Amino acid sequence: MSLFDKKLADIHTELDKGELTVSDLVNASFERIARTEDKVKAFILLDEENARNRAKELDEQQSRGEEKGLLFGLPAGIKDNIVTQNVTTTCASKLLANYNPIYNASVMDRLHAAQSVTIGKLNMDEFAMGGSTENSGFHNTYNPWNKDYVPGGSSGGSAASVAAGQVYFSLGSDTGGSIRQPAAYCGVVGLKPTYGLVSRFGLVAFASSLDQIGPITKNVEDSAYVLQTIAAHDPFDSTSAEVDIPDYISALSGDVKGLRVGVPKELMGEGIDPEVKEKVNAALKVLESLGATVEEVTLPHTEYAVPTYYILAPSEASSNLARYDGVRYGVRADNAENLIEMYRETRSQGLGAEVKRRIMLGTYALSSGYYDAYYKKAQQVRTLIKQDFDEVFKKYDVIIGPTAPTTAFKIGEKVNDPLTMYLEDICTIPVNLAGIPAISVPCGFASNGLPVGLQIIGKAFDESTILRVAHAYEQNTDYHKARPEL
Amino acid sequence: MSAISRNEVEYVAKLARLNLTEEEAVKYTEQLNSILEFAGKLNELDTANVPPTSHVLDVYNVMRDDEVRPSVEREDALRNAPDEEDGQFKVPAVME
Repeated sequence: MSLFDKKLADIHTELDKGELTVSDLVNASFERIARTEDKVKAFILLDEENARNRAKELDEQQSRGEEKGLLFGLPAGIKDNIVTQNVTTTCASKLLANYNPIYNASVMDRLHAAQSVTIGKLNMDEFAMGGSTENSGFHNTYNPWNKDYVPGGSSGGSAASVAAGQVYFSLGSDTGGSIRQPAAYCGVVGLKPTYGLVSRFGLVAFASSLDQIGPITKNVEDSAYVLQTIAAHDPFDSTSAEVDIPDYISALSGDVKGLRVGVPKELMGEGIDPEVKEKVNAALKVLESLGATVEEVTLPHTEYAVPTYYILAPSEASSNLARYDGVRYGVRADNAENLIEMYRETRSQGLGAEVKRRIMLGTYALSSGYYDAYYKKAQQVRTLIKQDFDEVFKKYDVIIGPTAPTTAFKIGEKVNDPLTMYLEDICTIPVNLAGIPAISVPCGFASNGLPVGLQIIGKAFDESTILRVAHAYEQNTDYHKARPEL
Repeated sequence: MSAISRNEVEYVAKLARLNLTEEEAVKYTEQLNSILEFAGKLNELDTANVPPTSHVLDVYNVMRDDEVRPSVEREDALRNAPDEEDGQFKVPAVME
């Protein structure tokens, strides 16, 4: 059994008994990376020196018998759009190839306080725009289950690294499915928290009304531990919610008796691969056998979610990226004769195709004369989508369906066809538009050998319930224990 | 009829401070048209009486006390600057 297949509690027991040190854990992480990274290419940067020093520091703390943090000693990978002090943060963009932040994202301070060890920064689609990690400004990441396939995106590096056993857990960010979809493609657990539960301070903004940081882990229990660490009100983020944080770990009771599950017919209809449907139905049977009731429900505006998202997200992205001017940080184009030309050359040379496409789309949708027709219209439809969820949650505890309509697709297959690629997020996007939480857990393998993801959606700030349901399901299946051969 | 013309694409690029190559201008005109056509689906819905979502949570104005706090050191602020001089960010000429 690999070190990273052990449960968090067992690792902590072994550390206490002196059978294991944090340095052993960190060494195991770098050894695994050395053996697998050429096949997976999950990382943009390895922070080896800092990680080894931090491991020594924690080992000394252990020897002094001090109380341990919740994630003590656990090797972590961080999506490279989360700002890390004195460690290059690129967002997988050539523009930020040399950006060395002077501060930490609030989630990094929280991970540090919980005493995990940052191993490095993980690959992603540039500025988190994309669904395959093929839009990275540096290199592709490969699906650990089959290197001809994408790992999903935009947190592709975060999902691939955990699936490959390179790190114990990782952080990703989810704007339209960017944690859950790659988690589904790579056969790991990905959680998108309620909007506002986790601080976005220091997360490089893509679409500010949709973005949320969350954990990618091998099992649901670890997901609860990481969420417990990062969920908190943060005065540095004005959209951070002031709510009491429940005990997510003790919520994992394994009991789903009497739980009411709604299955939206729109997420189980046309466009969803029959094999994916079959695995989701089998998972629902497991929950029924544990005492849950399962009924078909309707989210009537689901078909409008993707067009709504592809107006709103690019609009917010164009607005956020309008701030990038090459003056205060990043890579600046040479030889511009005046300031405007410097802006234009810097942005034109440094940004990739997908990012430019979204800036163009967003600038158009927000421009005078088109704002009402596109942006305002999309925000109105967003209200209808949110109301659909409110209606179902009056009667049901959770909503369950597939995480993605298919398993991972082949590298290069959709990269020149943005609309088709956008449809891969059809099951996840409604959740972001409504601001509610959802988790993706492995629920089997298709005949091509690739993992299928089950999505469990909850009410706002009811992470406890989706974690409880996901955990109960996991305890009665073995899919989360399968590992790719690398 | 296409939703966005080649001329409009070039105008939007100017607003967005992007220079497009000939190839990009052609490609984006085509791709933006297909995405906007797709977004046209939203017009199937009557939203005359639907309020736009301004925030997914019931959050109101967030205020903090007006207290003096330390700011970023100048040296740190300039650390990532592509070009700087005498403690300031340096940029090409703004005026002719």
